[in-house]
Amino acid sequence: MGEPAVKIEESKVVADEGLNRGMERLTPEKIEKVIQSVLKSETGSRLKVYVDTCVHCGLCSEACHFYLSNEKNPSFSPAGKVKQTLWEMLKQKGKVSPEFIRRASEIASTECNLCRRCSMYCPFGIDIAYLMLVVRRICHKLGVTPQYIQSTAHSHSATMNQMWVKEDEWIDSLMWQEEEAREEFPNLRIPLDKEGADIFYSVIAPEPKFRAQLIYQAAAIMHKAGLDWTMPSTPGWDNSDMCMYTGDNEVMGRLKKAHFESAMKLRVKRIVMGECGHAFRSVYDMGNRWLTWRMPPVPVTHAIEFYAELFKAGKIKLAKKYEQPVTLHDPCNIVRGRGLHEMARYVVNETCEKFIEMEPNREHNFCCSAGGGVINCGPPFRNKRVEGNKVKAEQLFVAKSKGAKTVIAPCHNCHGGLEDIIHHYGLGMELKFLGDIIYECMEK
Amino acid sequence: MDGSGKWDWDIGKKEIADINKWKETFEWVEEIYSSPDGEKAAAVVKTGEAEFSVCENGTAWENVFDKVWSLRFAPDGRLAGIVSDTGEWTLAVDGETWESRFEFVWNMQFSEAGEGIIAAAQSGRKYLAVVNDTPWENGFADMANLTPSKDGTGAAAAVQTVPFGESEIFKFQEGCYSVAVDGKTWDKNFVNVWEIAFSHDRKHVAAEVRTSLYDYTIAVDGVPWNQVFSSVWKPLFAPNDASVITAPVRIGGAWTLAKNGQAIWDKKFPQLWHHAYSPDGKKIAAIVSPKFGRWTVAVDAELWKLTFGDAVTDAVFSPDGKRVACCGKENGKWTIAFDGNVWGGIFDMAWQPVWSPDSLHVAAKLEKNRHYFIMIDGLPVKKGLEAAWDPIFSPDGKKILLRGIEDGKYFREVLPLK
Repeated sequence: MGEPAVKIEESKVVADEGLNRGMERLTPEKIEKVIQSVLKSETGSRLKVYVDTCVHCGLCSEACHFYLSNEKNPSFSPAGKVKQTLWEMLKQKGKVSPEFIRRASEIASTECNLCRRCSMYCPFGIDIAYLMLVVRRICHKLGVTPQYIQSTAHSHSATMNQMWVKEDEWIDSLMWQEEEAREEFPNLRIPLDKEGADIFYSVIAPEPKFRAQLIYQAAAIMHKAGLDWTMPSTPGWDNSDMCMYTGDNEVMGRLKKAHFESAMKLRVKRIVMGECGHAFRSVYDMGNRWLTWRMPPVPVTHAIEFYAELFKAGKIKLAKKYEQPVTLHDPCNIVRGRGLHEMARYVVNETCEKFIEMEPNREHNFCCSAGGGVINCGPPFRNKRVEGNKVKAEQLFVAKSKGAKTVIAPCHNCHGGLEDIIHHYGLGMELKFLGDIIYECMEK
Repeated sequence: MDGSGKWDWDIGKKEIADINKWKETFEWVEEIYSSPDGEKAAAVVKTGEAEFSVCENGTAWENVFDKVWSLRFAPDGRLAGIVSDTGEWTLAVDGETWESRFEFVWNMQFSEAGEGIIAAAQSGRKYLAVVNDTPWENGFADMANLTPSKDGTGAAAAVQTVPFGESEIFKFQEGCYSVAVDGKTWDKNFVNVWEIAFSHDRKHVAAEVRTSLYDYTIAVDGVPWNQVFSSVWKPLFAPNDASVITAPVRIGGAWTLAKNGQAIWDKKFPQLWHHAYSPDGKKIAAIVSPKFGRWTVAVDAELWKLTFGDAVTDAVFSPDGKRVACCGKENGKWTIAFDGNVWGGIFDMAWQPVWSPDSLHVAAKLEKNRHYFIMIDGLPVKKGLEAAWDPIFSPDGKKILLRGIEDGKYFREVLPLK
């Protein structure tokens, strides 16, 4: 595979109000000014090194699920996406058309999951996800961002959570789950605002909104493990961050400030977060660092690390092991981003009778195609997302043919993406979080 | 008014409550809270099947509730909690419930001296504030950042003033939020409204606002500053001059402090937040990051030489305005710093330091291996407590009040300062 063809095939234009109306408001002057401003003021040696180092070899192509799933169409290769967006902006010194910006936004936001698999295939380790984020930042500054994810960014800014969950709805959800759980564990508490607790448990907004059973399960695990934990009643409880993906860095910083300051205000020792990948990227890398915290000011433990810790310490006892053969999907942000793959396998092996690896796996695993905010771009881009990950379906099918009936995906967005893939390709596999398995199998 | 002058300042230790006995009496006992004067300990307790109350010095309130949460002592010593009373939510203060009832109540807060108790409430999907049992006349589609006035007689909040659908992104960007002060909204709407500050005389309100997706500024009584920035943090009014409003602002990728829209510090930093005025209003301190990954305190833009790698929090001026103390964290461990110096000893957690009235001493609560310490000027005066609360100096600065739990017994102890 060499450098992508110069002539890029016309893509089918997807109707999206955020992109279309955003584009209509652009002028060439504004585009040039914003591009120059972002390139001059917000990028530096990192961008220059990446741009100057790339030899256009195209080795990144084979890494990309969009490329592999679209008949190796070069326009979907990582280098091809950079070529269609940032390189052209650089080459033209910002003199590009509104239509170009619309297409650049669509490519950066809906055809790249920022999964960083391509960086491992690049001989120089160029972080192409960073280049796509620069494109998204430019498009944000130009007001051309897909409608659904922009709405999510608005929710973040107005409520400090990604799903327009109002302050009372959040607390009510916790109290509801506590009440439900007390029927099973009579003395269980979800302690709100407990100052000095060891653990501040944080989740993403889809949990109170759609997946409240995960809060129930987390509370059951905390309760049975006898841990000193709390959840905040005020904004800052949501660790998620779609602003990181729309390029609204200022709100990204504001969200992480609220999150960490909620934890610091309660004087907790650490934050344990639920099974989410992108939120981990935000609290552990991007959001904290935008605020100039080199590392999180309160240590962050991802659910996988937390579960592994509980099993190693013998704090959770199992009544049985999960019987159906399982396979494990390695989420990009906590595997390529943090190296939690062996820990995840330890937890899977502790809790499941039979574990079947999908291939490739660990840091080489294919992305779910939902990450990087792509699933948050909503229904207009659903087909492109699902059809753009045929390789994932094939990967799952092979695991299934070896006997795997359940896919464990310890990440919310991966769940959304894999659910669509399993359904679309008729794979007939069950999908679980690790927390689902632990709750189902633990002594109660 | 600080009522601490009326407290018992006789030297000595008083055992107030045997928490172990509470645990024998009630099915469960939640977190213990201590009154500011140390004379009372209280906790939410379970008194029966789905029945909760509050135990205060060993005696449960007469009233029982479906649920009690957010139990706290106000600075004036009243004990308040949010309660569900036969399916309706309200507040209970010293055992008596408020008359006003709602579908839900949360975010209970006190004014500085405790005269005012406020909370957020929702009924019929309308959101409003309740101030001392008086609800706002108007409710809103949503409300956030509820803030009490200094005197506790009023409140302000960020409120949604224009209805919009979640997917109506361009309508959202026209501005659908404003500030409501005592239930009345400003004339102008903004894309976002965040943290809010009252002037000390309660007559003015300022807030962080976003006027487009990219333009941040401070609005004062509904009027935004003429200048916009790439971001801002919480504004403050000068203590003695409500015409002076300051806020951290981001210009060209770095932060500085602005007064009424104009930068007043001649330095910029990778980060600057949580600025605070000295009591006389003459100095301003702020937590700053002088370079990526390092944190310190700046007083009138002059940096301490001491920096921390993890975090700096809780900066507080001494009463004379000449000194500043804070919590600092390095390599995962906390300590107390003052005037650019650091206490010896590292801890798992530190609480905001407390200055003596004469500004000569600083005390703090710290924790190590789940044991609590009270320290003054870097030396422990109490070690190994099971629980502890912030120490309080006597008004004459000659004594200190400690509150803690030792062997399951809650006590208050007054010690002389040597």
